[in-house]
Amino acid sequence: MLGRTAASLFWMSRYMERAENIARLTEVGYRSALTPNSGGGHREDWRSILVAAGCLDAFEAKKRPATPEAIRAFLLLDRDHPSSVRSCVEIARNNARSVRTALTSEMWEALNSTWNELADLQPERIGPARLPEFLDWVRQRSAMFRGATIGTLLRTEGFHFSQIGAFLERADNTARILKMKYAVLLPGTGSSDRNAYQWETILRSVSAHRSYRHFFQEAYRPNNIAEFLILRQEMPRSLRYCTDQVQASLASLVELTERGQMGLALAGARYGKLAQVQIDALLRDGLGAFLDQFIIDTAEMAEAVADEFHFV
Amino acid sequence: MLKKQAYVAGGSPEAYDEMLQADGTPRPQYAELTRWLEGQTRDGFRHKQQEADAIFRRSGITFAVYGDAAASERLIPFDLIPRILAASEWRFLQRGIEQRVRALNTFLYDIYHRQEIVRAGRIPAEMVTGNSAFLPEMMGFDPPRNVYAHIIGTDIVRTGAGGFFVLEDNLRTPSGVSYMLENREAMMRLFPELFAAHRVAQIEQYPELLRQTLESVAPAQCDGDPTIAVLTPGMFNSAYFEHAFLADQMGVELVMGSDLIVEDGALFMRTIRGREQVHVLYRRIDDDFIDPLNFRADSLLGVPGLFDLYRAGKVTLVNAPGTGIADDKAIYAYVPEIVEFYTGEKPILNNVPTFRCAVDDECTHVLDNLQDLVVKEVHGSGGYGMLIGPHASKMQRREFASRIQANPSNYIAQPTLSLSTCPSFESNGIGPRHVDLRPFVLVGDQIRITPGGLTRVALKKGSLVVNSSQGGGTKDTWVLED
Repeated sequence: MLGRTAASLFWMSRYMERAENIARLTEVGYRSALTPNSGGGHREDWRSILVAAGCLDAFEAKKRPATPEAIRAFLLLDRDHPSSVRSCVEIARNNARSVRTALTSEMWEALNSTWNELADLQPERIGPARLPEFLDWVRQRSAMFRGATIGTLLRTEGFHFSQIGAFLERADNTARILKMKYAVLLPGTGSSDRNAYQWETILRSVSAHRSYRHFFQEAYRPNNIAEFLILRQEMPRSLRYCTDQVQASLASLVELTERGQMGLALAGARYGKLAQVQIDALLRDGLGAFLDQFIIDTAEMAEAVADEFHFV
Repeated sequence: MLKKQAYVAGGSPEAYDEMLQADGTPRPQYAELTRWLEGQTRDGFRHKQQEADAIFRRSGITFAVYGDAAASERLIPFDLIPRILAASEWRFLQRGIEQRVRALNTFLYDIYHRQEIVRAGRIPAEMVTGNSAFLPEMMGFDPPRNVYAHIIGTDIVRTGAGGFFVLEDNLRTPSGVSYMLENREAMMRLFPELFAAHRVAQIEQYPELLRQTLESVAPAQCDGDPTIAVLTPGMFNSAYFEHAFLADQMGVELVMGSDLIVEDGALFMRTIRGREQVHVLYRRIDDDFIDPLNFRADSLLGVPGLFDLYRAGKVTLVNAPGTGIADDKAIYAYVPEIVEFYTGEKPILNNVPTFRCAVDDECTHVLDNLQDLVVKEVHGSGGYGMLIGPHASKMQRREFASRIQANPSNYIAQPTLSLSTCPSFESNGIGPRHVDLRPFVLVGDQIRITPGGLTRVALKKGSLVVNSSQGGGTKDTWVLED
């Protein structure tokens, strides 16, 4: 397999995952604007969503007033912003197109029809009232693509590069969401209405507000939330679960190609830590610093993989 | 019901109709199809047409139209009614094509070696060495098996009483073979009953034969199994789908220039396991772009040093650089001479009569008769830069005449051919549409011609332009076995 093919599969999945995450974050912003009593807070919410999406600087560079409409348009439709939903779909599809033969027709079809429909949808003309519908659509299309990949792609090198791309992106996304709100998860945070609302926001942005209830069978508690999103293997968007998936795919690649030991070592060390640490200890030692390091490590892991498998 | 009498043969009185004879009865090879057509309904056809579109769209079989950003990926219209050739017609075409490609490959060897044909005074020297498609860098080099043009798409038209003529030889990087294969796939899904009722010669072996052909011309220095790759300019090229399709069907890598590297006297591709040597490169980029060190320095599509490796016999380029000289439209006029010179036989397939504007008398004739002629640029392709006299306005003809006068040797002209017609699906039922034919030829350890080829059809009523870039479509093409 060409290094370029591996890179395209990695980025294809990474950008589809990102499109979904951006849609989810946008939904959180949209909801908070509808919530009474968040006062002037929802302006801050939009700002923190830009931070979580890793694109506050890019938005500010546009020198536009930070209205909810402008931020929404930036996150969803901006063609110049590489992480807008529209750009994500475009980049994912271009990557897919450049390695068509490495995909199954189901995967190509899922991506290509998403791209076609997005062009037909004219999302500019979707007003706030139909925004949730559009965001649902993005999530459905991402799920369809993921389903096609898992359901049809041979478990050879290509599959693993696709998996690594998707799960590094997801890990990065969950870490950034936690980072934007970690202050309300620190020990001693009271359970005021305001905080309860913030906790709900965190869970919603990873679509975990319902599964939290099923899993813990109790009211939102910051320790539980942190544990759920960081350490629980049962939670498919947790840092631990994502790391486990990356590790598993890297292990398969090492077996298939006798390369990738560096990436695997990084993933293994990270997984070992996440599997052993207790949430109380993690909070006590500093959640902010932990998350910062996690985000840096994720980027390092991506670089190791790109390097070892000749992505350029 | 689609009544037989609804179909009137021929778009114009002089056009040969592929299905019906002059008395309105079907030719034998169309007898079964005619019966079948009578049983079809317009709605049924419309439904099948939608199904066909869905099949093609799903497979991603698109082509790009240059200069049309909004529709940068379109489907080539597919016509549901197959074009049928009788076994005897095909045998004749096959013999004629084989003779021609053999002669053209010998011609290429000759002009890049001793140039006997020039010495013999059969072709003026300036037509060869003064031609911009001539590559002096190829002089004295022996490609594996002495084959220059391995992959060829000979454009053939049928006119008048039904004679076949060669319109273009296409010895550089002919495209369209993926449409031939996908059209057959679609037809077998849409109309299995037709295949049960006819003995249609198979074509699906093409990718395997292509692979065998490429393997057969591996460099002599390659002693194990040769590694093959397809070189594409990238996904924005109009034929990108085909490049990916062929690589996939052969089970080889589809590479871009940036995936390749010349190192330690060999060509390598960069894989996830490190570098892997490539022995045969089926390149789908033009000569000018294959190697920025030897040709266009600004090219990012090729590989620095590739041509030197080729000349050193370390890698085989398919087709060889410099084949363009033999399908140049100015040389085209000499192909009958070329065939006779190298084979000692009369050409089986004739050229379309061609006037060379480079020759004074012929140029005058062209300028005096622009309203009846088709004028083409010598190096043009794809239906661009041509004038169809009868369909052009006075203004357009005047404007074109001044272009010819400014640079006569850049143009040739041919009579407007009344291409044969074939029944095609239209909104009112079935109507005659003009068609041509591009059979695909492989030259390696032997010459292999896939039965049939790609039939292109001018879907606009009365139109003679079959190019997909100009609104043409395609049809499945059948050769019936005896």
